[in-house]
Amino acid sequence: MGDMSVIKNAAIKANQKPVNLKSRVDYKRYLPLFLLMAPGLIYFFINNYLPMFGLVIAFKNVNFQKGIFGSDWVGFENFKYLFATSDAFIITRNTILYNVAFIIIGIIVQVAFAILLNEIKNKFFLRMYQSLIILPSLISMVIIAYLVYAGLSVDTGLINNTILPAFGLEPVSWYSEPKYWPFIIPLVQVWKTLGFGCIIYLATIVGISPEYYEAARLDGATKWQQIRTITLPFLRPVIIMLTILAIGKIFYSDFGLFYQVPMDSGQLYDTTNTIDTYVYRGLMQMGDIGMSSAAGFYQSMVGFVLVLVSNFIVSKVDKESALF
Amino acid sequence: MKIAEDRGIRAASHIILGLFSIACVLPFVLLIIASFTDELVIGTNGYSFFPEKFSLTAYMYLWAKGAEIGRAYFISVFITVVGTLSSLAISAMLSYPLSRRDLPHRKILNFYVVFTMLFNGGLVPTYLVYTQYFHIKNTIWALLIPTLLLNGFTVMLMRTFFSTNIPSALLESAKIDGAGEIKTFMMIVIPMSLPILATIGLLSALMYWNDWFNGLIYLTDQKLYSLQNVLNRIMIDIQFLQTTNTGNQSGLSTTNLPAETVRMAMAAVGVVPILCAYPFFQKYFVKGIALGAVKG
Repeated sequence: MGDMSVIKNAAIKANQKPVNLKSRVDYKRYLPLFLLMAPGLIYFFINNYLPMFGLVIAFKNVNFQKGIFGSDWVGFENFKYLFATSDAFIITRNTILYNVAFIIIGIIVQVAFAILLNEIKNKFFLRMYQSLIILPSLISMVIIAYLVYAGLSVDTGLINNTILPAFGLEPVSWYSEPKYWPFIIPLVQVWKTLGFGCIIYLATIVGISPEYYEAARLDGATKWQQIRTITLPFLRPVIIMLTILAIGKIFYSDFGLFYQVPMDSGQLYDTTNTIDTYVYRGLMQMGDIGMSSAAGFYQSMVGFVLVLVSNFIVSKVDKESALF
Repeated sequence: MKIAEDRGIRAASHIILGLFSIACVLPFVLLIIASFTDELVIGTNGYSFFPEKFSLTAYMYLWAKGAEIGRAYFISVFITVVGTLSSLAISAMLSYPLSRRDLPHRKILNFYVVFTMLFNGGLVPTYLVYTQYFHIKNTIWALLIPTLLLNGFTVMLMRTFFSTNIPSALLESAKIDGAGEIKTFMMIVIPMSLPILATIGLLSALMYWNDWFNGLIYLTDQKLYSLQNVLNRIMIDIQFLQTTNTGNQSGLSTTNLPAETVRMAMAAVGVVPILCAYPFFQKYFVKGIALGAVKG
């Protein structure tokens, strides 16, 4: 594949030589193509590149009148404030620990469900299970928050009114007790992402040649042995790849999951505040743009390094799956 | 013996998948039942799958407040349709030239796109750029443009599709026949790419329909709220429905407004379009996710 493209490139270059002698690049000929690209390129400049330059705001005292580039420099002031509080530690800890939990639980549950789905040979049931499991992935976090609220609401929730009394337990004020949320958040996350997540594993399993399983059956291998010695080894590269890519994003969190689902309850911040919710609250609610931009800068930089490292590792394992 | 074991595993698969499928559906069932429950019953017994008394009050209330809900619905549909179509157009227009091996500066341009996936400025600078330099606050553009319109990942997917599925011989012959680049793009490339456009368009439509974040940060004017933003506001400000005066016009006094049930009815109204559309598009969703998951 790689050799082929080298040859093709060489052929194209060889073909272009005579043209190149006349004018270095025939821009006139390619003008229509550049015009097609213009809106997209401009959009990326505004939506992505300007904010990248705008990161300098973390070293400034934000003044709305003077704008991003006109505000006065304050050096590391904002960072000093940020890292002097316990917030910096809490948000980093929460973001990383939740992501680690999501990655580990995600792999186990998604692979398990992909294997189970593959065992279902009845088309009707397979389609039904798949459709139902994907359902939560299609719904916005706002509506997920409503569903969670119907279950956890202190006065009217299903759990406090029906389930806990059935076991003779006292009602719990879920939205003011931080200790439950390290369990609730991963539960919601797994429930919401399982459907999307297991599709890729299922696609890999479906692609395994049935001959392997036939041979194993002839040798008297049990189902469990087949899974261990055929299915899992085939899934291994996919699992490794998705895990490394997920580690590259370990400094980012799903804002909706940590903001909408706990209903922005201040009493829960100890276990629900992540870098993303912290940045949002600093900017929109507290008006503390200095600390917020410092936290954002910290996230962008560490996130960038992690993405580079994880992509480097991916490109070593499997060139095709790397971003660059 | 082995057949018995296989059967055992198959039965176990059905049980586990069945239970989890139910767990995926039950919250939605509870939501819909709650929206039809009598407000007082919810107040005393809480949400339940088997309420003592059903009632249509919540939906009557929504109907009476039709103007606000209707507008939010209209805005959601509008941004979904306009956003998805513009997003598809801009993505395809950028991806096609990038897929051409003869494009000058192709490497740099590709890097320009890929780099947006590796590094980003984050919320604060993005917010300042859009509000201070483009004055997007409280305009409909706020729901259409930031973040959602175009992303590097979609461009890479489309580029790969174009470069593997459109034979360069075909483009050559179009050129020989005298078709210009734009004409080739419109008459040959686009018609040949309908499968990928459908898949990406559906994922994009889902993103626009479900988005509440842009509204949350760029809108303070509630007239521009999409359905998701209205739901979000009600969630944030539980008092809203009790304090608004429009309740009086619908013949309901402010003291016994069906707050809990109305909330659930609104959420039901937000979910129903997806639940209805989903079976028809399931095929494309699954394909799209399988495509996207590798690099997602």
